[in-house]
Amino acid sequence: MKYAIIGPGESRSFPTGDGFRQAAVGEEEADIVVFLGELVSARPDKAAVLVELGTECLGVHTGEPVEPGLETVVGFARYRNGQDDPSPLVELVRRPETNDKAVAAARDMFEAAGLTVVVCGDQAGRIVDRLVRPKYNAALRFLDEGLATQKDLDLTCKLGLGYRDGPVERVMRGGLTRHFDVTSALFEVYGTPAYAPARAAVVAAARRDGGKD
Amino acid sequence: MTGKIETVGVCGAGGTMGAGIAIVAARAGFRTVACDVSEDSLARARKQTEGFFGKSVDRGKMSEADRDQALAGLSHTTRLEELSGCDLVIEAIYEDLQAKRELLGLLDGICGHDTIFASNTSTLSITEIAAGSQRPDKVVGMHFCLPAQLMKLIEMSPGLLTSPETFQAAWAWTETCDQVPVETQDKPGFILNALLVPFNNDAIRAVEAGVAEPTAIDAAIKTGLGYKMGPLELVDLVGLDTQLRLCEAFYPITLDPRAATPPLLRRMVAAGLLGRKAGKGFYTYDRDAMFGG
Ligand SMILES: NC(=O)c1ccc[n+]([C@@H]2O[C@H](COP(=O)([O-])OP(=O)(O)OC[C@H]3O[C@@H](n4cnc5c(N)ncnc54)[C@H](O)[C@@H]3O)[C@@H](O)[C@H]2O)c1
Repeated sequence: MKYAIIGPGESRSFPTGDGFRQAAVGEEEADIVVFLGELVSARPDKAAVLVELGTECLGVHTGEPVEPGLETVVGFARYRNGQDDPSPLVELVRRPETNDKAVAAARDMFEAAGLTVVVCGDQAGRIVDRLVRPKYNAALRFLDEGLATQKDLDLTCKLGLGYRDGPVERVMRGGLTRHFDVTSALFEVYGTPAYAPARAAVVAAARRDGGKD
Repeated sequence: MTGKIETVGVCGAGGTMGAGIAIVAARAGFRTVACDVSEDSLARARKQTEGFFGKSVDRGKMSEADRDQALAGLSHTTRLEELSGCDLVIEAIYEDLQAKRELLGLLDGICGHDTIFASNTSTLSITEIAAGSQRPDKVVGMHFCLPAQLMKLIEMSPGLLTSPETFQAAWAWTETCDQVPVETQDKPGFILNALLVPFNNDAIRAVEAGVAEPTAIDAAIKTGLGYKMGPLELVDLVGLDTQLRLCEAFYPITLDPRAATPPLLRRMVAAGLLGRKAGKGFYTYDRDAMFGG
């Protein structure tokens, strides 16, 4: 599967220098077009059109219901904690009307690039952010409430659950302001306390927005 | 004052956790009295323990002399009175507040005044359990992980009335056993379950909400976060009925919506889809092999 990349802009999934960018071809030759940080437009002659998602839903790009001609548009995001190297995980996002063949082509393309692909519905936070953001909020709250020290909270998860890193060290390394942004976007959609940004994230965002950080 | 810990009692030592905890104590060279109401369970635990130590020797983790010494120092009994000489008694009996309180009340009359009582409870409050004893200052939370004989972590929690001396002595004992203690407040689920139970529930709710297939959810979490197991694989392993019990223990106390039983979990338990032990949960199992969602 040959692919072209449109939009030279910043991409959380494929930062400058990433091998995936280097293997891209010109649009003429490509079976798939990958939009990074650009507004997506229909490509009826291509097997799939991919659009990198931030915290927004795919429907923002395709319309809901999907506008005619945009059924081959598939959303994606490569999971990445803050500025850590991107993980091998690619979440592919589809809407009910999304073309199955386009999803399959997108999967083949990413798998050929050595990435692990999962397909999910078009819901806020996809899989990983939907599941980890509430956990980070809880861990930050536990820290505030004195349940345990940060060291013990993290150590417990590493020793007890075999995590590579604990939730507090992970969310802090990923950036409390980034956590604030992602969990706030989910809170806007779900409205449940689980996604309400933890106090420490609110403070970090206030300092950023007040120019103190 | 709290004296030196030389002899350790384990109550509920015929059970899953108790048998492992007795191994930890005996392996570290403590005289260990393994007590259980069930003779059959004790006999089974004794056999498993011999097997475990045997394997430890085969794998070079333990010398034959140490194994022989550990087994010689480990006795089994159904008589609670035989815990009278213990400096530390760890209870790992059924997760039932009344039963644990009654046990502590009985131990008050059996054990010496300096004996420390530790509870391995997962869901109950240490302070509430300690209320069953006339000496709540001697009661401490000591939450081992399954399987206790392999997992190093122990969550240590002081109840409201636990004395610093008791806590320190119990803490030091876990370190002597080459375990890794962490300190947590006496709150529902301590650290581990307070983070894990709602997280697993969220994964179950994501299945119910049609976010993705269980295989995709587990793959995303393992690949994205580097976890060894996905949350749905883990729930299948611990049992959906266990997850339900954990929710029912935590939610009424914390009123945290994430800890509330997800409706899908309740339906799956009702349908007998309990996970690995039932052959089907979020995955289907053939013998021990997992073959898809
Ligand atoms: N299973 C786990 O994953 C796990 C993990 C950490 C902590 N815990 C906690 O450990 C404790 C035990 O759990 P388990 O899973 O090992 O249970 P289990 O049912 O396997 O074992 C309980 C044992 O206690 C014995 N018992 C009951 N009442 C007794 C009494 N009055 N005196 C002596 N023995 C008695 C029973 O005969 C049984 O052998 C619970 O408090 C539980 O919350 C369990």
